[in-house]
Amino acid sequence: MLEKRIIVCLDVKEGRTTKGIKFKENKDVGDPVKMAETYYKDGVDELVFYDITASAEKRKIMIDVVRRVAERIFIPFSVGGGIADTDDMREVLLAGAEKVSVNSQAVKNPSVIEEGASLFGRQCIVLGLDAARDPGMKNGYRVFINGGRTKTDLDALEWAERAEVLGAGEIVVNSMDADGTQDGYENNLTRLISTNVGIPVVASGGAGRPEHLYDVFTRGKADAALIASMVHYNRYRISDIKKYLKDRGVCVRIVS
Amino acid sequence: MNNGSTGVVDYKAGNLKSVETALRHLGASFYISGDPDKIFKADRLIIPGVGEARTAMENLKQAGLDTAIIDFYNTGKPVLGICIGIQLLFESSTERNTRCLGLLKGTVVRFPETIGLKVPHMGWNQVMPVKKNYLFSGIPAGSSFYFVHSYYPKPAVSDYVLAETEYGIKFASAVGCNNITAVQFHPEKSGKAGLKLISNFLNF
Repeated sequence: MLEKRIIVCLDVKEGRTTKGIKFKENKDVGDPVKMAETYYKDGVDELVFYDITASAEKRKIMIDVVRRVAERIFIPFSVGGGIADTDDMREVLLAGAEKVSVNSQAVKNPSVIEEGASLFGRQCIVLGLDAARDPGMKNGYRVFINGGRTKTDLDALEWAERAEVLGAGEIVVNSMDADGTQDGYENNLTRLISTNVGIPVVASGGAGRPEHLYDVFTRGKADAALIASMVHYNRYRISDIKKYLKDRGVCVRIVS
Repeated sequence: MNNGSTGVVDYKAGNLKSVETALRHLGASFYISGDPDKIFKADRLIIPGVGEARTAMENLKQAGLDTAIIDFYNTGKPVLGICIGIQLLFESSTERNTRCLGLLKGTVVRFPETIGLKVPHMGWNQVMPVKKNYLFSGIPAGSSFYFVHSYYPKPAVSDYVLAETEYGIKFASAVGCNNITAVQFHPEKSGKAGLKLISNFLNF
């Protein structure tokens, strides 16, 4: 049986991991390569690196991080942040990432999904989707871009469905309402997207305790769950979270 | 520790980087090449890749690598196919009706919609050996490996099947015949178990 994946997310700014709350107030939490290695040894299934470096000339630092991660870590990982076109995609894939994640740029120019999928394969193209509750929208959630700062007219489910048709191979659904709260994932939003698309959905935002992962895998129907603070501050170990899930009947990969 | 040099077939399909870093990590003596003569001269061969069957076959043919791989197989030296690399070894794939290398009898087909599961099959899944093979030596039965694929091999000879995986249906996730071994998953991205499998191949 296919196992539920636990993915650790590392926000990288100028070569260092940072962590913010509700997309703001970023604090330095360590060296991304060393952290990735620790999580790998403890049995994480996948990693995501978001480059939140503001300036284009500092992107080289991120490529160097990607290269160093690829040399030490033999599990899949994706890279997002500032990916605007297929040249950017090629650069991170050649540096050793399995997948690239597009978010704001895909909203501004949806054909980037299509072009990326046809050049590198759908399995490479991840759509990052930031959504917040909005009763005014058709299915109750609105898409935001630019790190949550800019409102769009897109309904979250409709955008997810369109991205699938365009060629996205996976969708990371990040709840802006839950992000950084550590009160649990937005299970309704996750289930809404996951049960209506035919590609894997990764829940993001709000993880604080192992039961939150249990909830999002069972009630939220997530295929994978993104975590950050839970492990960045050594509150939990990946292996402990997995043991908790396995004991409750969730199919996860246990690394001996 | 590794005997001889491993050739990795470069046919412009997919990302070779992860196979390359895994081989380097294991201290293998290897080279990546799209030149049929160099590929033929290897001591063992890895056919890696992510991608689509028809494009992959067209790229192989254009470079003359299809015959190089068949000639290599006929020398009896070990071959390891990975992901699209396992699929190309069979007779044909229903992915854009592609005629493949035909070294193994059988076809490659898409996961049926009737399984009610998401396609591609993407993520970690358990691999259950059904017979003893050097490839899985030292790897606990039921270890998980990383998969990303929409098509899977359907061998015409049940004896080929080395291991099975369940995703709505049971399919052959590893096959072997004579000097060929091939896996549907990505050992180069499957952590410790995956690295062990590659090192088993290198040391055979």
